[in-house]
Amino acid sequence: MEEKWDLVIEPQRHLFDLRLKTLWKYRDLLVLFVKRDISLVYKQTILGPVWFFLQPVMTTVIYVFVFGNIASISTDGLPKPLFYLSGIVIWNYFSDCFIQTSDTFVKNSDIFGKVYFPRLITPLSVISSGIIKFFIQFVLFIALYLYYILLQGVAVQPQIEILLLPIFLIVMSLLGLGFGLIFSSLTTKYKDLKFLIQFGVQLLMYATPVIYPLSTIPEKYHLYFKLNPITHVIEGFKFAFLGRGFYESTWLLYSVGFTAIILLLGIVIFNRTEKDFMDTV
Amino acid sequence: MSNIVIKVENLGKLYRLGEVGTGTLSHDLNRWWAKIRGKEDPYALVGQINDRSQAASSDYVWSLKDINFEVRQGEVLGIIGKNGAGKSTLLKIISQITSPTTGSVRGKGRIASLLEVGTGMNPELTAKENIYLNGAILGMRKKEIDTKFDEIIDFSGCTLYVNTPVKRFSSGMRVRLGFAVAAFLEPEILIVDEVLAVGDAEFQKKAIGKMKDISSGSGRTVLFVSHNMEAVASLCTKLLWLDKGRVFYEGNTLEGIKKYLSNNVLEQTQVIFSESKVISRSGEKRFATLKSISIGKNNKPTLSFYKGDKIEINIEVEIKQKIQQPEIGAAISNFKGQRFHHLVSSWEQQIEELKPGVYKIKISTDTISLYPGDYNISCWIREYVSTSGSDDFIDNAIGFHVLKSEEQMTKQVNAFIDNGGVYLECKWDLQQVQ
Repeated sequence: MEEKWDLVIEPQRHLFDLRLKTLWKYRDLLVLFVKRDISLVYKQTILGPVWFFLQPVMTTVIYVFVFGNIASISTDGLPKPLFYLSGIVIWNYFSDCFIQTSDTFVKNSDIFGKVYFPRLITPLSVISSGIIKFFIQFVLFIALYLYYILLQGVAVQPQIEILLLPIFLIVMSLLGLGFGLIFSSLTTKYKDLKFLIQFGVQLLMYATPVIYPLSTIPEKYHLYFKLNPITHVIEGFKFAFLGRGFYESTWLLYSVGFTAIILLLGIVIFNRTEKDFMDTV
Repeated sequence: MSNIVIKVENLGKLYRLGEVGTGTLSHDLNRWWAKIRGKEDPYALVGQINDRSQAASSDYVWSLKDINFEVRQGEVLGIIGKNGAGKSTLLKIISQITSPTTGSVRGKGRIASLLEVGTGMNPELTAKENIYLNGAILGMRKKEIDTKFDEIIDFSGCTLYVNTPVKRFSSGMRVRLGFAVAAFLEPEILIVDEVLAVGDAEFQKKAIGKMKDISSGSGRTVLFVSHNMEAVASLCTKLLWLDKGRVFYEGNTLEGIKKYLSNNVLEQTQVIFSESKVISRSGEKRFATLKSISIGKNNKPTLSFYKGDKIEINIEVEIKQKIQQPEIGAAISNFKGQRFHHLVSSWEQQIEELKPGVYKIKISTDTISLYPGDYNISCWIREYVSTSGSDDFIDNAIGFHVLKSEEQMTKQVNAFIDNGGVYLECKWDLQQVQ
């Protein structure tokens, strides 16, 4: 009679053996990791969560000055601070997800080398604590938004697409996660990549309509920009809240599909790496 | 259904020698090219056996090779072997930290591994937060920790500091806290790697006691790696001895330990260290090198002694640099590693100075009172003034036997071998008082 084993360790694991069941068993760990990350931010600093505000505020001020005033790049007729902040808040979430998950193995090698738990918990906790940071910054955006509407009387037309906010967030986080997972397996072996990622994300930001609207780009290049899945989230977000920007549901669906593929690829690669990265890290 | 809970078959693990990162890309490409052509991994063919004393002849080494064994439910398997024999690699594979190159491991039930105490504890978090975090990392659900929380705190002895950040704890207290969490983990299979090396004596005793409870009380299985033969002897029901990445011995614990400790002795009355490959040696050998050891009585070499005999130990040592007041020593221990006698030159007769050259030192003991059994002698030389360890230290350099005398044959000597180590002559008076 064939015996039933709970655990089988073999050199090769099936490509799509993603072990999602084990992941679910460790869901409490995910919650605890997020709690730890959040409470550590409070514990080590005097200003605590204020830093979450400070960073986008400073960046917005710089962008208003450099891109808005010196370079005079169009903001689609929107108040400059509002335009830049909306882009920064959502872009930051993506880049945090990407950069912080991309060195998962290297950063956690101490703990990974001593105990087994589904490694995917760690990057998942990163994007989960990232979303809390995002909401804190989002509150800042809403405050500025209401200030312009109520006190300055700026005519912005929020669209019904505001309801798509969760979708925008999911696409941003999972796309960042997917890219992060793909790179995390490469950074374990080739540590040079870590520098490349920092730089690459910077470049990617300029290739995405974050600090300029898509409408300033000559029509003939639009397709290239539209192929970038992040474009539709950033532009869609601006369209939903500010009423200016490019939004088409088919293109958003394209972003969702793109994200799904990257995420699946990321998880598969990540799972292949996790089983013996300790030998190469 | 059999009650085998872990089954290891043909397990092997290949490691790259030298620095990982140089030439990896070309090796990766070569591997990938071989894979595409459906050929075997070109680097797997050339792995050499794991003998750290030999120079590398290829880039890869089999840290483990052809490992086969089974563990039944409720067994405590002790894994012993010299440094680098593959013990930790084996545990890492079973704990899923790294994957094997060949073969497989099958297991039943929840496996928890304690390769380190308090993994993932964060110094900024309080003891309470850390208990939850550490417990979850080890695979516990939050509810489980809730129900055991009071017991964990109680066992760790940190009740007073529940809400204090762990960074204010002493290192010993952190270990206690970490072990307390693990002790209440209740996995079906527990894997422990020398975590007991830290902590004070009381804690070690508590920890070993807890592991005994886990295995005998609730029928759980424990895999225990240690260099502490006494702990292995008292805890383990079965022994696995790894040598150079292969299983050298599997079976009865006490017999295995005896063999392990006397492995380098091979029933010789003289051991020349340069010829013996199996000795376990430490020290920098800056001033002196131990050359040989021999043992006998009445100026004749022998390995057999009786109670009342006088042992003569001869140590040959080569001095490379002049040393002032060196300390030469020998220690007699039983096969469990329990030390009975500590013979040190500086206690008895101070050697003032040794100039470069080769010396013979003879230690003549008084009459011995050791119980019948097998014993080992370790020897060392150290520069007396230095605070560091021995300049040359050889563990279990030579072994000898204490046999039962005819007089003892009539007494029930066997009965007290486990209840002591050295005879103490005494007189017994019996009086009826009422």
